[in-house]
Amino acid sequence: MSSNKSVLITGGTVVNASGEVLADVMIDQGVVQEVGPNISAKYAAENKGGPQRIDAASCVITSAFVDLHTHLREPGREESETIETGSRAAVLGGYGAVVAMPNTEPAQDSVAVVEFVRMQGERAGLVDVVPSACITVNRAGLQLSPFHSLAQNGVTLYTDDGNGVQDPVIMRRAMEYAKELNITLMQHCEVSRLTEGAVMHEGCCSSHLGLPGWPSIAEVLMLQRDLELVRETGAKMHFLHLSTARSVELVRQAKNEGLPVTAEVTPHHFSLTDEKLTGFNTVFKVNPPLRTMEDVEALRTGMQDGTIDAIATDHAPHAAHLKDQDLLAAPPGMLGLQSALGVALKYSGCSVQRVIDLMSWAPARIAGLTARQGNAVASGNIANLVVFNPAAQWEQSLEQIVSKSHNTPYLGLPLQGQVQYVVRDGKVIVEAGVIAK
Amino acid sequence: MKHLLSMDDLSLGELQQLLSLADEMSEIQKRSQPKVPALRHKTVASLFFEDSTRTRLSFETAAKRLSADTMTFSAASSSVNKGESLRDTVETLSAMGVDAFVVRHKTAGLPLAMTQWTDAHIVNAGDGAHQHPTQALLDAFTLTRALEMGNSLAGVRIAMVGDIRHSRVARSTVRAFVLLGAQVTLVAPASLLPPSLIYSNATHTSHEWPVSISHHLDEVLGEVDVVYLLRMQHERMNAAFISSVGEYALHFGLTPKRMAKLPHNFKLMHPGPMNHGVEIGVDPALVPGSLITQQVTNGVSIRMAVLLSLLGPAATSEMTKEERNV
Repeated sequence: MSSNKSVLITGGTVVNASGEVLADVMIDQGVVQEVGPNISAKYAAENKGGPQRIDAASCVITSAFVDLHTHLREPGREESETIETGSRAAVLGGYGAVVAMPNTEPAQDSVAVVEFVRMQGERAGLVDVVPSACITVNRAGLQLSPFHSLAQNGVTLYTDDGNGVQDPVIMRRAMEYAKELNITLMQHCEVSRLTEGAVMHEGCCSSHLGLPGWPSIAEVLMLQRDLELVRETGAKMHFLHLSTARSVELVRQAKNEGLPVTAEVTPHHFSLTDEKLTGFNTVFKVNPPLRTMEDVEALRTGMQDGTIDAIATDHAPHAAHLKDQDLLAAPPGMLGLQSALGVALKYSGCSVQRVIDLMSWAPARIAGLTARQGNAVASGNIANLVVFNPAAQWEQSLEQIVSKSHNTPYLGLPLQGQVQYVVRDGKVIVEAGVIAK
Repeated sequence: MKHLLSMDDLSLGELQQLLSLADEMSEIQKRSQPKVPALRHKTVASLFFEDSTRTRLSFETAAKRLSADTMTFSAASSSVNKGESLRDTVETLSAMGVDAFVVRHKTAGLPLAMTQWTDAHIVNAGDGAHQHPTQALLDAFTLTRALEMGNSLAGVRIAMVGDIRHSRVARSTVRAFVLLGAQVTLVAPASLLPPSLIYSNATHTSHEWPVSISHHLDEVLGEVDVVYLLRMQHERMNAAFISSVGEYALHFGLTPKRMAKLPHNFKLMHPGPMNHGVEIGVDPALVPGSLITQQVTNGVSIRMAVLLSLLGPAATSEMTKEERNV
């Protein structure tokens, strides 16, 4: 996949975990060749046979983002998104890799479906599409997925996302397999008996609106159970889309005790609250639900102090006719790939470097992708990079959205931080904010 | 006023204006020919996605007494043809020329969503556990007139008893009573109160309920002027909200023994339909202060007032009766 054409990124700030430096980046044969101040002088101009030049003035150059939580809807729900359209949204959002959630139809609970998703990702050729697989067959919570077969085929992440694994017996056995195969289970924490019919956070808003509530305790109870199972089995566990203040507290405590757990939050959970539902707009129906300002603040603190490892989008496209139903019938979920960086820089309260850690370095490690993603911008590393302007203020409009669905909650809200270029295997595939082809 | 979606949208002045207009409608209803031409050539469509006989007929009667044309679309949500979305249904009916939709649906907020799909006026006839504004208006009308207090309930002490949590009547009527100056006490086991009233971790302030709370009906009976009973649904047992309807009736039902503790001139209200032997263990016909039949009668007057103020030439109170064709 490497490109023969070399690329020179000039005038930007290279941000690595080790620090940041004003430097040019020379890329050739798909690999970063040199990083250093003013190296551009050594190369001929583009029109004289020199490398393709990218002007990164006032921009950050760093490793492309990695999304641990993307619903690409293919196979089965192609009216809402395909792997190709989802890949386009991802790359415009600055991503180099996305983890494809397994709640497809059929579900990703077999080698055949997982390989199909991987292959469609390669066909689209815009980002690394990394299939995860179910914990239980068809996410029904009854029968374990074929962990050995799936692991042998390179699947490292397993989840029934959309459902929590309710049965403690199933969960305990899954963790035993996870430990022996060195794979990671990702739990959607929700005790379903406590959330029957729920459409929003249980609290003052739901009480006022007469809408069935999804209480915080439904997340907290499953999180607590699983932390004890991790303590017992030693399996690695990742917690998806944490939404409550108490969840952050529990994960902080678990990490202090040395448990092998990681956690993600979504952009919408640290930027929006349940007050958004007062207009009964189905765009704001999401699972877990938007919570209170107190929860939002706890998530931000968790991101800042390292309790939370990753920002993951939970990008969940739904075709207009699905969201154009009443609140009870409309499916939960909202878009996230194209707005994640803009939300993170505007609302997380984190430094640029910390945001990059949350969006690239840490998720790449959690997903086991460090052979290709989430590495330092340094000579010898594969050139999977993003160039973004961290100060650019913008608003999302419908015209910008390349997903097949348009259920974004951010129309008209101020965002900060705009992706300018994405380099994949040394090739510039996003140029000045649009896909180059 | 373009729509009537929620009691939260009404100011005290607008509420009082509707109550006064309902007096006029009430007079019309007493005529030998209870019909006026005010809404001739207007079309009112009832869209009932949830079973309801009383409210639907009440609205249709109101529309007919104002000479509006009516059409009815009645379907339990489950039986609506899945091929046609709700939005399509609304747009189709709109295209036939509908001036106002009266809508009932199991989902909170649906009437508000409909305002995006049609230019017609929307009247909420009950959306999930959210709002039922014409019930609130008829309750306010009934009680103010029974107490002969004009358009006020200042200082009136009201106990609302029952399943507040799942009740759109509670969410609307409490607001109307409080706006008019009443002191409302909600009486129910904690499981049947809105969660924000029982969990202290719910810390918003923008959606306060300006009410008192009691879990013991016997303790409040001596201190109220009005008892408003809510319907207790049997299926609440299944989700562990109550132990049994028998247990509920024993502690929260209005029994002859409890009635004896009330002031002799207390008023009794119920939005209907009643569960005899559950929330109400007395024959309302034998309760002198029962307003339950009056609530039904006034329902038509209030709905006439609502339709007229949305659709008629009656938008301003300065107009004469003649100008309003009433």
